[in-house]
Amino acid sequence: MGFENKRTKFAVLAALFVLAAVLPLFLDNYTLNVLWNAMFYMLLALGLNIIVGYTGLCDLGYAAKFAIGAYTTGILIKTFGWNFWLTLPVSALVSALAACVIGAPTLKLRSDYLAIVTLGFAEIVRISARNLDITGSASGINAIERPYFFGIHLTKISHWYYVFFALVIVFIIISKRIRYSRFGRALAFIREDEDAAQAMGVNTTLFKLYAYIAGAVLGGITGSFYAVKMTSISPGSFDFTQSANILLAVILGGMGKIPGVIVGAAFFAIFPELFRDVPFVGNMRMLFFGLLLIVVMINRPQGLWPEKPVKR
Amino acid sequence: MFSAWELILQQLVNGLILGSFYALVALGYSMVYGIIKLLNFAHGDIYMTGAFICLSVYGAVSGVLPGWTGIAVSVLAAMAVSGLLGFLAQKFAYRPLLSAPRLSLLITAIGVSLVISNTVMVITKSQPLFFTSGLDNSLGIKFGSITVTYIQIIMLAVSAILMISLTLFINRTMMGKAMRAIALDQDTCALVGINVNKIIGLTFVLGSALAAIAGGMACVYYGNVQYNMGYMIGIKAFTAAVIGGIGSVPGAMLGGILLGLLEALGTQFLGSSWKDVFAFGLLILILILRPNGLLGRSEIERM
Repeated sequence: MGFENKRTKFAVLAALFVLAAVLPLFLDNYTLNVLWNAMFYMLLALGLNIIVGYTGLCDLGYAAKFAIGAYTTGILIKTFGWNFWLTLPVSALVSALAACVIGAPTLKLRSDYLAIVTLGFAEIVRISARNLDITGSASGINAIERPYFFGIHLTKISHWYYVFFALVIVFIIISKRIRYSRFGRALAFIREDEDAAQAMGVNTTLFKLYAYIAGAVLGGITGSFYAVKMTSISPGSFDFTQSANILLAVILGGMGKIPGVIVGAAFFAIFPELFRDVPFVGNMRMLFFGLLLIVVMINRPQGLWPEKPVKR
Repeated sequence: MFSAWELILQQLVNGLILGSFYALVALGYSMVYGIIKLLNFAHGDIYMTGAFICLSVYGAVSGVLPGWTGIAVSVLAAMAVSGLLGFLAQKFAYRPLLSAPRLSLLITAIGVSLVISNTVMVITKSQPLFFTSGLDNSLGIKFGSITVTYIQIIMLAVSAILMISLTLFINRTMMGKAMRAIALDQDTCALVGINVNKIIGLTFVLGSALAAIAGGMACVYYGNVQYNMGYMIGIKAFTAAVIGGIGSVPGAMLGGILLGLLEALGTQFLGSSWKDVFAFGLLILILILRPNGLLGRSEIERM
């Protein structure tokens, strides 16, 4: 699927952009919500992609990063009456700090140990959210006020469609900028051969920590927007299934490659919807999904649309 | 009526039982990790399947064989089904991916986990199933004011016997030697004539059967089975395996028992809603302080 010709690539992207921009004019709210959900997964998948796809770290607790952002925003708006837009930098900062605290001591561990530490940390975050008063315990934080954007009160689903559409574009640009920077090349080097990267003078632990923080900040920001779009957040939205979903979206689509990640996330959000209303099969959709995962992994272990391998 | 010490002692007994469940599940995790470096995410669901089969079979045979005989038959059936399931997962889902990136293998394991748990979900219509063994849970040996029931004693004895047999199997038989050899170097094993695929299959069957026993016992002990019960015990057992040093068989046993005991104490002092935080906090702490676990060998990682 290489776009050899730059012009074709530009035309395809422009067509996609226009199509996505005019879609809300023709679709009903339910479909728009499904699309919004797909874009929401794209944001999370793009954030996780920096950790998993670019750097090759296995993170099984990405829901925690997004929970931290969502709760930071939720608490600041509900308890302290902040304006939503002002909570964004705080949310990013808190996410970065949390990533630092958990990442700094653990990123030098074996890669599968990191997987389990991230999972444990995610459970700690979720259980704390369920038990603490400030996070609203099991019922979570409700009736979070929706923000204004240049005088427009963002209440309709079509508003949120455009907000998340814009965010997806911003996240893609950030991802691209990271991928082709010195930092991104160092990450790819770490992913391909960590020992060699270290031998060439890349400070692997530090770069892994940076990647981890970058992924966490993107997750936190997504969480903040999620909190105001949904207007209520509860610990149930941030369980392991959520982390697994995001990870599956990244890996299914093709690790490291942005179009692959986007397709993976869209597939992930839309596939179960297609089967929701089919009687009998509706209950079995996760079963089929599991089977599909196995089949895809066996036939295309690098994902549906992977990054081109580095030539050796 | 209970003094603080007696409460703690009672919790320690509970912790020991919980710990032996963790240990039995952790063994499967650890053996599979040791041999093909796979975090077998579906292992918790194999345990759940064991509990589910045990419950169903007991429901069918308890009229003819009530009490322990019936339970023994049900657990054997559970071991057979879970062992087969573990073998099939290995043969059809994991084996084709042994040379693929490790992340793909992990995703496949998540896929297997989804398939198993959702199959049971569809069969049980998402409802929890309840188990009545007909055993008298009040009989037991009294130590002062705390009681250790016969059910608890039998479960501890069964776990101990299983762990001792497994240790002997791995250390004293040719099959066990082959398993240890494959964990060190698969290619060389194939060169000297070890049937690598057969031994890997055997490891899965053994680990799954152990998990099924734990599942069957948990079903008797707690009295209910639900399709999603494998998730938490899967993570906990993995935690136990990591605490002990993943890949190490005595480590998995030690880690399981230790985690069970610590969790019981955590419940006692912090309350049950924080016990998981305690367990995972401990996991992170141990990994930071002793990254290879308590009994694990230190090794240089090769990606």
